[in-house]
Amino acid sequence: MRKLLLSSIIVIVAITYIGRLSYLQVLNPPTGNLSDDTAIKAIYDYPERGYIYDRNGKLLVANQPSYDVMVIPRDVKPLDTVEFCKLLNITKEDFIKKYNQTKRYSPRLPSVFVPQLSKEEYAVLQEKMRKYEGFYIQKRSLRYYSEATAANILGYISEVNERDLKKHTYYQSGELIGRQGIEEQYEETLRGRKGVKYIQKDRFNRVIGPYKNGIADTLPIQGKDIHLTIDMDLQMYGEKLMGNKRGGIVALDPKSGELLSLVSAPTYDPALLVGRKRSKNYTKLYYDSIAKPTFDRGLLAMYPPGSPFKTLNALIALEEGVIDENSSIRCSHGYRYGRSAFMGCHCGGGIRKLNNGIYNSCNAYFANAYRKVIEKYTTAEEGMNVYEKHLKSFGLGNYLGYDLPNGKKGLIPSSKYYDRAYGKKRWFATNTISNAIGQGEVLTTPIQLANMTAAIANRGFYYTPHVIKKIDNQYIQDENYIKPKQTTIKREHFEPVIQGMYDVYNKGTANWIQIPGISIAGKTGTAENFTKIDGQKVQLTDHSIFVAFAPVEDPKIAIAVFVENGYWGSRWAGRIAGLMIEKYIKGEITRKDMENFVLNDDRFIEEYEKPLSGKSFTINDGQKSYIKHTTSDNSLTINE
Amino acid sequence: MNNKVIQKIDWATILVYFALVFIGWINIYSTTFTDQNPSVFNLAQPYGKQLLFIGLSLFLIILILSIEAKFYERFSSIIYLASLVSLLGLFLFGKNINGATSWYAFGGNTIQPSEFAKAATALALAKYLSDIQTNINKLKDQLKAFLIIIAPALLIIPQPDPGSALVYASLFFVLYREGLSPIYLFIGLIAILLFVATLIFSFKTVIISSFIILLFSFILKKRRNKRTSPLMFLVILVASAAFSYSVSFIYENVFEQRHRDRFSLWLRLEKDPEKLEEIRKTIGYNTYQSESAIGSGGFFGKGYLEGTRTKGDFVPEQHTDYIFSTVGEEWGFAGSALVVLLFSFLLLRLLFLAERQKSEFSRIYGYGVASILFIHFAINVGMVIGLLPTIGIPLPFFSYGGSGLWGFTILLFIFIKLDANRINEWM
Repeated sequence: MRKLLLSSIIVIVAITYIGRLSYLQVLNPPTGNLSDDTAIKAIYDYPERGYIYDRNGKLLVANQPSYDVMVIPRDVKPLDTVEFCKLLNITKEDFIKKYNQTKRYSPRLPSVFVPQLSKEEYAVLQEKMRKYEGFYIQKRSLRYYSEATAANILGYISEVNERDLKKHTYYQSGELIGRQGIEEQYEETLRGRKGVKYIQKDRFNRVIGPYKNGIADTLPIQGKDIHLTIDMDLQMYGEKLMGNKRGGIVALDPKSGELLSLVSAPTYDPALLVGRKRSKNYTKLYYDSIAKPTFDRGLLAMYPPGSPFKTLNALIALEEGVIDENSSIRCSHGYRYGRSAFMGCHCGGGIRKLNNGIYNSCNAYFANAYRKVIEKYTTAEEGMNVYEKHLKSFGLGNYLGYDLPNGKKGLIPSSKYYDRAYGKKRWFATNTISNAIGQGEVLTTPIQLANMTAAIANRGFYYTPHVIKKIDNQYIQDENYIKPKQTTIKREHFEPVIQGMYDVYNKGTANWIQIPGISIAGKTGTAENFTKIDGQKVQLTDHSIFVAFAPVEDPKIAIAVFVENGYWGSRWAGRIAGLMIEKYIKGEITRKDMENFVLNDDRFIEEYEKPLSGKSFTINDGQKSYIKHTTSDNSLTINE
Repeated sequence: MNNKVIQKIDWATILVYFALVFIGWINIYSTTFTDQNPSVFNLAQPYGKQLLFIGLSLFLIILILSIEAKFYERFSSIIYLASLVSLLGLFLFGKNINGATSWYAFGGNTIQPSEFAKAATALALAKYLSDIQTNINKLKDQLKAFLIIIAPALLIIPQPDPGSALVYASLFFVLYREGLSPIYLFIGLIAILLFVATLIFSFKTVIISSFIILLFSFILKKRRNKRTSPLMFLVILVASAAFSYSVSFIYENVFEQRHRDRFSLWLRLEKDPEKLEEIRKTIGYNTYQSESAIGSGGFFGKGYLEGTRTKGDFVPEQHTDYIFSTVGEEWGFAGSALVVLLFSFLLLRLLFLAERQKSEFSRIYGYGVASILFIHFAINVGMVIGLLPTIGIPLPFFSYGGSGLWGFTILLFIFIKLDANRINEWM
């Protein structure tokens, strides 16, 4: 026993030490990240962010230089704070607060001390900087916008926050990242890759030389330029037309799915979100919960589609063979589908066939067609499944897959949806009859509606909408954008529907807003909408909706326009659609009267004030009124 | 040296010795070379000097192996007394380097007698214990043996070099091997336990828990043997209470803050992150830097001469006491575990050789060699990897320094000579 004591202790010590070594070296291995090594300092070389152009090569976004004062708290030596604060234009309290903040983040990693100096501030500071050890100036580039347009498409860039730092190892505190729109979607393309030089330091933080003679250093990779499919002139014109209104315009090229304009109103100048004032301005825009300028209505606003939805119902009824071009019904100012169930109609009444059903927007005709589709099958459930499948093939009820980071699915109710609402087998075509006229449960975003119009224009297929045209002067090759998606409707069924939409302009609800020389197919719509005042559901003036494409024979543009609380579809949305089409196809406006009408839109300021005024008001041109503290008129209003 | 000696020499030990010296040197080179002057024969640089020291130790080895084996036993008392005198002389002629008067200066060179006193003490202890008159179980002889061990330590402590003095405690392993009652070992172990427990918990907790433990063992014993008297248990309780209280008192009132910080870092007593950060920058700086350097090595290390912390001189004293951290950073787990295994092999081999000696003197001396080398290895590596508090003693054969290398070489090779001569004892 005595002989074994020391031997055993030696073995125990050896095992303990190897255990400790494996804890230090194997179980908690180094990250392999050179920037975590205190002995190595990384110096970054930032490439210039890529430029953004429109479809015609017009410059939308470029760069301007900006200078950040950086600090490495560990390296800071006692300094003349009074002079330093004066140079930086900050107070001593700011200095202390900021310094402690950066120290808490990390004593040895660089943090931004004062962001984004102007050129003038930089010039003064640059010479004196060497006096302040631990501080240095880092050049960065900020965005420069050639025109105050398309803020909702472009997005902006801002400093990475702690969440970004955790999520992406690429970024260091103080670096910039794209937020929203193109800047977010194509962040890596635009950003490029920063270069890095590693420098070996000793424990006194003195530079000894390049780390391993620069073996791990990298050169920066330039950010790539991007061409968008957006037509800058059309976009700006659309923003001008929207003026004081709220709503959205989505225009695209049906032959390629390229988005020509994506207007959201109200909008803002993208230059507001550049530089030191960005955070203040963004807060102001973001918290404007009434006009919601940062809410991209073209992509995010879900509205009931209203009458334009009738075109799809016509196509589905034709495909299912439950009607043909000549099927007719008599409209007696409405459609009776139950003992006390009646859907009103504004079409004027009389014999309706498919053609005048569309151009007069007859509710009764489509209620009948819709009912026949659902009732073709033995159960309403089966019918609804078929109906849903057709609608979804037009890209409704789900994300479209376009290349912008924001989106909404919209809503196409499924049989399951109605099972939940009414109970299994407890519902029939008549319960869901408002689908026939695009009201009720159905919800679409403007871009979905524009895409649906493009599919009609193409007579049966569409390309996924997108805003990217070229990266680094190479046309995009993404299958998702260059391969057409087929709808479930056969090509031959489109012609009668398109004829109906064409006649909307010739003889129907839009015949007074024709554009000379351009054949347009379109469809008006209105959508009821409600708000809450004092906890009470109150109806507001209907949204004005219009979808169109042109020219009818060889479509070059498909468009969807929403004007919130604009009332009749043709009054605002219809005019705007016509003007946009003319601008895009002709490059000039001949119907100045329409343009003047649209631009003279001060009445919207008053309209949007109504629900906030706390007073009684009327809606829909005075047809109905909301009386404060009394029950408002809640009877069903009906499309045109 | 005749051929017989060369044949009987234990080549395994010698091989490990040279392996350790070689690995030590290349790591010293890595910590101290500069890109401007990488020549290995540069005598202005530690790695150049160490190469010279290694060359000189080859002569020492040949000299030690050539001397008659009996010489070491016969002259052990004289060698021991000479080394005591050399330690005493430091009080008069010693040169102060870094606050410790541990060196004699000869021109530009210095020599540290405490490095040689270890071998001398091991020889003297072996000589005394192997004497036929000596009975280790007699108190008087015990005290004499203790005196042999403690005398050099007492001379070294005021230099001050408490680390080197602590080394002599390892010779108690030798006494135990030779028949010292295990009660001493037991008391030592209990003392360490009480010491640590008092620091981690508190004086009161320790008293209460020892009371409970003793009460239980007394009751157990009483059941088996009705006549058990509680007196012994009471004595133990009072003794531990007194010990624990004095530890607590000394820690709070006699220790300076820097000492307290060392212990609180070692036992992870400090929980306040800001104070911990402060300790890391001051008293715990070495340990923190050396742990991070080792950790940053990963499994295979950063590669020879590629250690960024080694290059940046992040670990102070890296070529002397903290040389093991270079191994950790540049050679990773693979390299540092190999060094631990080499040392363990050497120590176990020495114990095996000691046990096969026919002569009592050789056996006891061999045991002493293993104990001294073991305590250096255990304390040094334990400190560098952050398991033990900072105690400044070198890693044998590895750390930079002529006296250290020669002291360990003499210590080891006297035993190799004795071992090679073990058959001749009977002739």
